[in-house]
Amino acid sequence: MSEPGSSPDERGVNQNGDPGGKLSVSGSTHTPAESPETRLLSAFKTDGHARKVYLAGREYYSEDGKTFELRLVGKIKQQLSSDPTLRPEYPPSLGLTEFTRRATEAALGRSSHAVMENRVFGVQTPGFTAAVRLGAELLKHCFDDGATWCGPVYLSSPCDDSLAGIFQAAGIQDIRKYYYWDDRRRGVCLEKLLQDLERAPEQSVVVLSASGHYPTGADLSQHQWSVITQLITRRRLFPFLLLPAQALCYGDLERDGWPVQYCASQGMELLCAQAFSHCFGLYGEAVGHLLCVSKQSSLRLSLQAQADKTVGSLWAQPSAQGAHVVATVLCNPAHLVEWEGDVKHIVERCMLIRIILKERLRLLGTPGCWDHLTQQRGLYCCTGLNGQQVEFLSTWRHIYLLPGGCLNISAINGRNLDYITESIHLALTTSL
Amino acid sequence: MDASLRRLKRDHLALHLAMSIFSDVPQAPPVAVFKLTADFREDSHPQKVNLGVGAYRTDDCQPWVLPVVKKVERLIVEDDSLNHEYLPILGLPEFRSASSKVALGDDSPAIKENRVGGVQCLGGTGALRIGAEFLRRWHNGVNNTATPVYVSAPTWENHNSVFSDAGFKDIRPYHYWDAANRGLDLAGLLDDLEVMSDELLDKAPEHSIFVLHACAHNPTGTDPTQEQWKKIAEIMKRRNLFVFFDSAYQGFASGSLEKDAWAIRYFVSEGFELFVAQSFSKNFGLYNERVGNLTVVAKDSENLTRILSQMEKIVRTTWSNPPSQGARIVSKTLNCPELFAEWKGNVKTMADRVLLMRDQLKTKLQELGTPGTWDHITQQIGMFSFTGLNRE
Repeated sequence: MSEPGSSPDERGVNQNGDPGGKLSVSGSTHTPAESPETRLLSAFKTDGHARKVYLAGREYYSEDGKTFELRLVGKIKQQLSSDPTLRPEYPPSLGLTEFTRRATEAALGRSSHAVMENRVFGVQTPGFTAAVRLGAELLKHCFDDGATWCGPVYLSSPCDDSLAGIFQAAGIQDIRKYYYWDDRRRGVCLEKLLQDLERAPEQSVVVLSASGHYPTGADLSQHQWSVITQLITRRRLFPFLLLPAQALCYGDLERDGWPVQYCASQGMELLCAQAFSHCFGLYGEAVGHLLCVSKQSSLRLSLQAQADKTVGSLWAQPSAQGAHVVATVLCNPAHLVEWEGDVKHIVERCMLIRIILKERLRLLGTPGCWDHLTQQRGLYCCTGLNGQQVEFLSTWRHIYLLPGGCLNISAINGRNLDYITESIHLALTTSL
Repeated sequence: MDASLRRLKRDHLALHLAMSIFSDVPQAPPVAVFKLTADFREDSHPQKVNLGVGAYRTDDCQPWVLPVVKKVERLIVEDDSLNHEYLPILGLPEFRSASSKVALGDDSPAIKENRVGGVQCLGGTGALRIGAEFLRRWHNGVNNTATPVYVSAPTWENHNSVFSDAGFKDIRPYHYWDAANRGLDLAGLLDDLEVMSDELLDKAPEHSIFVLHACAHNPTGTDPTQEQWKKIAEIMKRRNLFVFFDSAYQGFASGSLEKDAWAIRYFVSEGFELFVAQSFSKNFGLYNERVGNLTVVAKDSENLTRILSQMEKIVRTTWSNPPSQGARIVSKTLNCPELFAEWKGNVKTMADRVLLMRDQLKTKLQELGTPGTWDHITQQIGMFSFTGLNRE
């Protein structure tokens, strides 16, 4: 149960005990702190410099600097719009059955024991955030039977800065961080990660990125997963996996989804928030999925009923179009082949940019080690630049990175590559 | 360690490992109207009819795809210039402004004074929830979960869940349906609004939130007359009660957008700050794309800015970026004069059919010599009808 005014932005606002006369409903709202991302985007938009570059976006940008719709997706949308059998009925509250089935299969594979033992259900949600929110609400309710489980929830350091707020919105206030990205190592520091999780109280929830970690791009190896899951099981922690862009790391649903399958195969119960925006170019369509693997099939039913109830007062039913598209692709072998081809192209382009970026920095003699650029995969990467250097880039070079020095690889293209590499070089060699 | 102790420890550990953290989850009761639909699906009787779910159906019992919607969908699918990015958190800007305009009127002074804003939401439910979350955080103090929320007796059952899940602890009914007279219980309603004396603690405290149905009251189909709305507004203004309109049937109820929005526009003209949760599921037949808008009418544009900034934070932790398909369809339709006219025609078709059905139902019941009077069927409005049948 949340304490009044305990979330970071609500704290510090005075209790308005005396309304007095006709009060505007907004009389007590103070000017809130905008999220760093919003501020960054505003700064970029008002920046008039000709060579300005925004490297902090979430979507995949093609070589021409724009987000795009896969040709296959466009074709399918055309087909769907002329399909006379499709009616605009309310979708089921937990989503289109064909979609949840395919989304579950995408994460767990086709021969999952958990599925066969009826311990799994999936909920279509309007996007990734909604999937996380639903997961948070389920966690909240499963302990909140008169009792007040408020966490803790452990998030990686760094992580998506909206995650904490989502759990808090569900009434879970105790949010903590576990060590993840190590600046010096330019990668994951397993020892410190394990130390933090070892100290976590039993029944803590640990949020782990299955692939394409946002914002660093640094993923756990299979060996690291094995060690971490052993700890999780031993310490009775609960894994909440994030899979927002499956197939964007290796071009392969199965390879990217390996951690989820692995955890399930170890008999663990888990939640997994998925999205299909990135890998289908369906950003505007809010296609998300929450996968729930429980220990017993009897629990599955009560959880499903709780999910139904929770969804009922949040959005009632999810929106149909995006899910129809994804389901259509995933259940048709020919479509699947074409889609995988498109995704491989995206993945190869990202890898190529990483290779070229690393090579350019080497040629410029830029200080520091840049191996991590090509060791990582996917859309995001952490450059290792510090706060001052990041500010230098935005102020003097009009290049916008996330505050922690992370950037979206796909936003780099043939036209801005030289400027960007020069700028990174300058940031690291100029005395600030 | 001795063997039996080891075994005990191992069994204990195995038991802990086997127990799920979800072990204590109680079974939630099924949502009534969807259980009804599920029961209906399982019922094998050839003449079964489901009168429960609120979706407009044609003679062949299919949801009707509005011709204008079909047309606009084609336009969208063929539009190469469409931006495929995430929508802004508050939604598609042209959708939000067009939606608020449709509710408040083209010539609304509030819009001209720049004190009207919108938040694109997942259907009417989403709009109610975002509005409820905002009010729980920022209305009548900060995080005041004790502010009473009044919903009509009866009302759409989800109203209770939405406000309660948003954190409100005190959800109360206000008199609405008069079973004996099969109509609006105005006296009871006004009584609930007014504090008669200090001892009557169950009268609405100042700043209580009232959920009003803009038209086509769900589930009774009975709306206040304009005179009755005026009386309601007068007391609500005097008692500083917060107005939250639920508008799911604009145009659908009477066939006229203006007529169905009269109550909203009247309250706005009386200077109320208020919220309107709009749904385009019914009047666009877009049940599946979840198109809703939360219209905010604030005192001035400065207040509006602050309110919307807080709304954005709430949306950010709920669904972050709303889906575009439905919003694009509605926005294109509302913003293009020819399409808008065509849509109004489609809406009138639906409304007329409902009126026709009501007429035919009443006639049929009378012909069959069914006991009781059935005038209320044609006096009520919208898709729902309180038949007055008892539980059996």
